[in-house]
Amino acid sequence: MATIELENVVKRYCMGDVTVTALRGVSLGIAQGEFTAIMGASGSGKSTLMNILGCLDRPSSGIYRLDGERVGELDRDRLAEIRNQKIGFVFQSFNLLARTSALENVELPMLYAGVPAEERRRRAAAALQAVGLAGREHHYPNQLSGGQQQRVAIARSLVNRPRIIMADEPTGALDSATSIEVMAIFQKLNREQGITLVLVTHEPDIAAYADRVLHFRDGRIVQDERVAAPRVAARELSGREEAAA
Amino acid sequence: MNLSASLRIALRSLRVNKLRSALTMLGIIIGVGAVIAMVAIGAGATARIQSEIASIGSNVIIVLSGSMNRGGVHLGTGAASTLTENDAEAIAAECPSVQAAAPAVRGAGLVVYGNSNWSTSIQGTTPAYLDIREIAIAQGRAFTSHDVDSAAKVAWLGKTVADKLFGGADPVGQVVRIRQVPITVAGVLAAKGQTPTGQDQDDVVLLPISSAKRKVLGVNLANANAVQSIMVQARGPEIMKQAEEETAALLRQRHRLAAGADDDFNIRNMEEVFSAQETSARVMSILLAAIASVSLIVGGIGIMNIMLVSVTERTREIGLRQSMGAKTGDILTQFLVEATTLSVLGGVIGIVLGFAASALVSYLAGWSTRLGPWPVLMAFAFSVIVGVSFGYYPARKAAYLDPIDALRFE
Repeated sequence: MATIELENVVKRYCMGDVTVTALRGVSLGIAQGEFTAIMGASGSGKSTLMNILGCLDRPSSGIYRLDGERVGELDRDRLAEIRNQKIGFVFQSFNLLARTSALENVELPMLYAGVPAEERRRRAAAALQAVGLAGREHHYPNQLSGGQQQRVAIARSLVNRPRIIMADEPTGALDSATSIEVMAIFQKLNREQGITLVLVTHEPDIAAYADRVLHFRDGRIVQDERVAAPRVAARELSGREEAAA
Repeated sequence: MNLSASLRIALRSLRVNKLRSALTMLGIIIGVGAVIAMVAIGAGATARIQSEIASIGSNVIIVLSGSMNRGGVHLGTGAASTLTENDAEAIAAECPSVQAAAPAVRGAGLVVYGNSNWSTSIQGTTPAYLDIREIAIAQGRAFTSHDVDSAAKVAWLGKTVADKLFGGADPVGQVVRIRQVPITVAGVLAAKGQTPTGQDQDDVVLLPISSAKRKVLGVNLANANAVQSIMVQARGPEIMKQAEEETAALLRQRHRLAAGADDDFNIRNMEEVFSAQETSARVMSILLAAIASVSLIVGGIGIMNIMLVSVTERTREIGLRQSMGAKTGDILTQFLVEATTLSVLGGVIGIVLGFAASALVSYLAGWSTRLGPWPVLMAFAFSVIVGVSFGYYPARKAAYLDPIDALRFE
């Protein structure tokens, strides 16, 4: 059974007296453990789809089932609970809290899950270690590089052990070398922990790391492509190290 | 999310904008400080009036010889000397609610010592008067019933009289002339200060009632036994009314007044007289506190204003927290706790400053101030209420932000 199922999802926005249709009937299934990239120009509706998949927004019509649950009918607080328990978010601009240490940033989702303080600390430290930031727990975001900040954000997204991670242009603010490092972490999470990954990007290079690429145009999926041989970020990284040596 | 976590987040965000937080708190600080200082000053004034009333003596009723009805014409209080020394004795002996009763005659006259003189009030009474009025003898010997029985030519001077006539010298044993009559000074009374109406209670000369009547003021020709007033002390504050009724009944019976006839005496309860003054002081302090609480409301508006700015500034943070799973209640709590922390912190500082201000006022202006635990608790509770009520709208605004709009906010 697909963990994400969309049936003819439509999303309209009212902007004054103009109604903008951002999604014009999207039907889609994403299986557990799949690494899917969503590509498209800006305004193609890919961010709208991302918001609906991430339970930040509800479809105007159509059905969205997440693990069999119809999300369209849930209220604000139940949606918040689902985001807290099932979904991790990674943003283009990292969205870390300033003047808050890396550790406390990572603790944030657990705060809303009611995890006791000691366990929060332990799990946050473990998540930071998993993204290669052991020893940086008490650094503030402004003391970390862009790549490190995004890794803190990834640690934060996976600390509540979500089944799905939604990444919205996660490499948009990073240089290409750092982008590969970030993609390596995503691929590792996907391969080793079976986390379903949905990645929104407009860079074909980045989409090439995914197993499946959905192309969006004018609020519709125009192409659903299975990637036969995705790029492997870890291999590229080690290759680069060899070249440097 | 629990409250201690909310409190930590609130304190952190308040620390980030130290100056802004301090300025926001200033409104509450001034408001609470003003309320505390005003209440302290008002309560001090009330307490001062109460102590003045107490200086008259506690539980005191004054019986004045009263109005007479002569041929249909009502003559005023004191027009006839209807009270006697025997009435005083009877009241003390027969009324169960009465602790003591002292008759008094009064007159004015010149007191001379050497080349100094002083016009003062001359009062003839019995030793019970000193007990009722709670007057102590500062120097010299005690006033005894023997002085009354023997009509001794002795007097006790009030502090003011002693100072005017003798300066710093010791008056005890000296002979003064009161209305030309040589009288030996037996002692000096301890200072009592002013009455609530501003009369100097120390500007008096006290004599045994017998000596006053026979030797100084002159005897009432109609009734040698007559006195102008009787001071009656009830056994407790709760039985004042009872003592009044018993005294009235006894006097009516002794004076053989028919049922329906007017009293030939007047009873004054001193506490009733001065309670009006006390009420006005209380009204004043309530008024001052009301004005001060207006500034507390202004302070609350300041908090609301800053919280609204803060919500706008932190829209992205709110969106992020929402995407991490913060529920409406979590965001609401976070901002409410922040607003309440501001107002409570301001309240505590205000209480401390209010204490300091009232201490300063009593030091500089010499007004007595008094501060019990209730105004402090009230001020504290009020600042909590201000924080919660003025913080609610901004917090609600934050809690109901759309997560997508909030995340995209620039």
